[in-house]
Amino acid sequence: MSSPQGEPYLRLEGIGKNFGTFTALRDIRLEVPKGEFVCFLGPSGCGKTTLLRIIAGLEVQSAGTIHQGQRDISALPPAQRDYGIVFQSYALFPNLSIFDNVAYGLVNRRAGRDAIRARVGELLKLVGLSGSPAKYPSQLSGGEQQRIALARALATSPGLLLLDEPLSALDAIVRVHLRQEIRSLQQRLGVTTIMVTHDQEEALSMADRIVVMNHGVIDQIGTPMQVYREPATPFVADFVGKVNMLAGTVESAGRIRVGSYSFACASCGGSPGRSARAYLRPEDIVARPIEAGDPNVIDATIDKIEFLGSYCLVRVMASGLEGQPLTVYLSLNYLSEMGLERGSPMKLRILAERMRVFDA
Amino acid sequence: MSAVLAAAQIRQRVHWSDRVGHLAMAALALALAALLAGPLLTILAQSVEGRKGEFVGLKNFVAYFGTPALLDSLWNSVWTSLVATAVVVPAAFAYAYALTRSCMPWKGAFRTVTLTPLLAPSLLAAISFIFWFGNQGVLKGWMQALGIAQIYGAPGIILAQIFSVFPHALMILITALSLADARLYEAADSLGTSRKRKFFTITLPGAKYGLASAAMVTFTLVITDFGIPKVIGGNFNVLATDVFKLVIGQQDFPRGAVVALFLLAPALLTFGVDRIVQRKQTSMLTTRAVPYAPKPSRGYDIAMTAYCVVVTLLMLAVLGMAIFASFVKFWPYDVSFSLRHYVYGIVDGGVDVAFVNSLTLAAWTALAGTALVFAGAYLMEKTRGADWLRPALQLLALLPMAVPGLVLGLGYIFFFNAPHNPLNFLYHTMAILVLCTVVHFYTTGHLTAVTALKALDAEFESVSASLKVPFWKTFWRVTLPICTPALVDISRYFFINAMTTISAVVFLYSPETKLASIAILNFDEAGEIGAAAAMAVLIAAASLAACIVYLGIGWLIDRRTQAWRAPK
Repeated sequence: MSSPQGEPYLRLEGIGKNFGTFTALRDIRLEVPKGEFVCFLGPSGCGKTTLLRIIAGLEVQSAGTIHQGQRDISALPPAQRDYGIVFQSYALFPNLSIFDNVAYGLVNRRAGRDAIRARVGELLKLVGLSGSPAKYPSQLSGGEQQRIALARALATSPGLLLLDEPLSALDAIVRVHLRQEIRSLQQRLGVTTIMVTHDQEEALSMADRIVVMNHGVIDQIGTPMQVYREPATPFVADFVGKVNMLAGTVESAGRIRVGSYSFACASCGGSPGRSARAYLRPEDIVARPIEAGDPNVIDATIDKIEFLGSYCLVRVMASGLEGQPLTVYLSLNYLSEMGLERGSPMKLRILAERMRVFDA
Repeated sequence: MSAVLAAAQIRQRVHWSDRVGHLAMAALALALAALLAGPLLTILAQSVEGRKGEFVGLKNFVAYFGTPALLDSLWNSVWTSLVATAVVVPAAFAYAYALTRSCMPWKGAFRTVTLTPLLAPSLLAAISFIFWFGNQGVLKGWMQALGIAQIYGAPGIILAQIFSVFPHALMILITALSLADARLYEAADSLGTSRKRKFFTITLPGAKYGLASAAMVTFTLVITDFGIPKVIGGNFNVLATDVFKLVIGQQDFPRGAVVALFLLAPALLTFGVDRIVQRKQTSMLTTRAVPYAPKPSRGYDIAMTAYCVVVTLLMLAVLGMAIFASFVKFWPYDVSFSLRHYVYGIVDGGVDVAFVNSLTLAAWTALAGTALVFAGAYLMEKTRGADWLRPALQLLALLPMAVPGLVLGLGYIFFFNAPHNPLNFLYHTMAILVLCTVVHFYTTGHLTAVTALKALDAEFESVSASLKVPFWKTFWRVTLPICTPALVDISRYFFINAMTTISAVVFLYSPETKLASIAILNFDEAGEIGAAAAMAVLIAAASLAACIVYLGIGWLIDRRTQAWRAPK
């Protein structure tokens, strides 16, 4: 994948990491332009945290080079690199006050006392916690501790901000709130940021670009929309968002047959007769509008309705799909308006142009 | 092509601040090598040398097995240790069981009394038993009615060892029994399991590692103890007294070294088993376990209380007799109160210097030992790089636990007394006593420090590096202040052990650096057993005072650090 034009701020080339015989990372290539917010997304054990720690110099890569702002930092120890980092545990110094925590890196720069005080005040204001600089970390809530860790990491104005699952220790409501706050803070400061997360919603809502990783390799690099709409591999389709998988065969270039249906789809290639798998998001199967003569309309029966609030996750069985179920989102209003319940028949239209087809 | 790439290993450049850490680590490794590995290797070398320093292979060992008297000592050592272990482990298990699994009253008092022998040298018990059952003992007649002709010899050794080792076994077993998961007992109850079956299917298997560890530790402590057989052993020879006689009496270094190796063997074995046991025990209890809380049960609680009262009274009888006898005018003819042993025996005899020496040794050991141990543990746990050095350092930090004091002391003579050793100037100084004692008790302090350090967030150092703060600043501003409670614990441990130790230092003192614990031996040899008792009581009193001071320091530190520990 190519990055937007211009010299990248951070460039990883051929990064590999072995722990004994286990390969944690293989040939990682990535370019991050200045000011971008990138998320490393993947299941646990995919190597995303290892990659972040390699960028920080906390682990040493087995192969490959790292350039940050024209400088080769491949072999530099952490103290000679230029980044701020926030860990999942925050690693706030429990015996130091909020002020001292934030000032920790500033004191070492031999800045004057007044300059430090001003800078800490500025940072605390930036993260929205100017009230209590004399308190200790244990007196703060998880969300507040998180902001202090962020302020401490930003104190020395690093060129790169690294966030290692910074939100996963927080409860759901605080987490959603802090997502947007971190994002807007990052945009205001324009600091190049890399965040590791296993939460796809977090990645989709915060990142400029997402790096989806699996088993130590990058499966896809793209904007949230690209990753969601045009997943590059079955893994990405499956890992990011909900998806229906239909097994079928390639009819001809641009057409796939699933049971008794034949769908036109752009992403369908390969020689006719090959078995393939079509991936389709629930929202790409619609109940309305359907007009007479629309293509790709199927007859289905409601099999199960899972109530999720304003909308429901509905599983339907369609005749002619060889017993493969489909999951669709239907609004609560629609269901009650049409009097639909378990066993009801209904018509659904498949937006086949949104289908992603991979070899089986 | 790819093979070439793979061969080109990437090595991170070492930051100068990390290099400081590596240097400090190398210095520590060097120090431990000189103070531990050197002396031990010298013993090994001595054991295969003749009296003139020539290599003789296994001749010394062959000669040893050809000497019936020495073989008798080996057998004596083994069987008395086995008997003491067979008594102490079940007795301590029952006591620990009462403390952890019953609702009896006065648990704190029971625990405190049974742990007090730790504050005195082990030979306090031997002295006390002499007053009870010795030639002029109060209960000599009772003992002889039981068919034991005299206390000097195996009976005295076994009794005194039981008393002095009891608290060691008790501590291990209390730990083992407190690691109980209440959910197992609840599950058993819901299945209608009998009390007996619960004991044999849950309690005992749960404590089996603790039991194994307690048995090994007891056996090793008894077989390597020097003070008790010296005082109450009479003509009954054991390995520990043999070493002393061979080396100090006959200057037969090679054979002394051979006997020392026999003492080292069980200690090394215990150490190995204990390491495995510790690992298994900690993995048994998951973080989700629910701590067991005993429920009141009248008859059972009364039985447990009765047992603990009996044991505690026996303990108090031993401790009390030593204290009582130290204040008696002329045992056993005039038992009126007198400070004669303290004033004439110790002060006028000029032996109060020994007590001051002991305090000096304890203070220096507490200070230097704590600093060395904590700095070492920090470097090993929290710094980056120099990974080739770490396993060796780890071994050197754990090894002292496996080396009996007698063996270490012997190694020190061989090593530091050698004329070509540049460290020879240390011989017969207070410094060598401090160094030897620090090394002797290094491991327990090290493990305490490591536990405290492991409890800290592992990313403090990473954060500091990203903020370009060198590690020692973080050590000073964060790590050290957080770990002060552990430092106090380590320091107290060093202080008390330095006050009470005999086995290693008995080889190393000079007339100027004689210690209180050694003065006890000298008094005993001179037949002044009243003064010996008085000195033992003084040591116990000093240890107790130190405990109280440390308690105060701990309390002050707690108060100062409460602000960040306790959230408001």
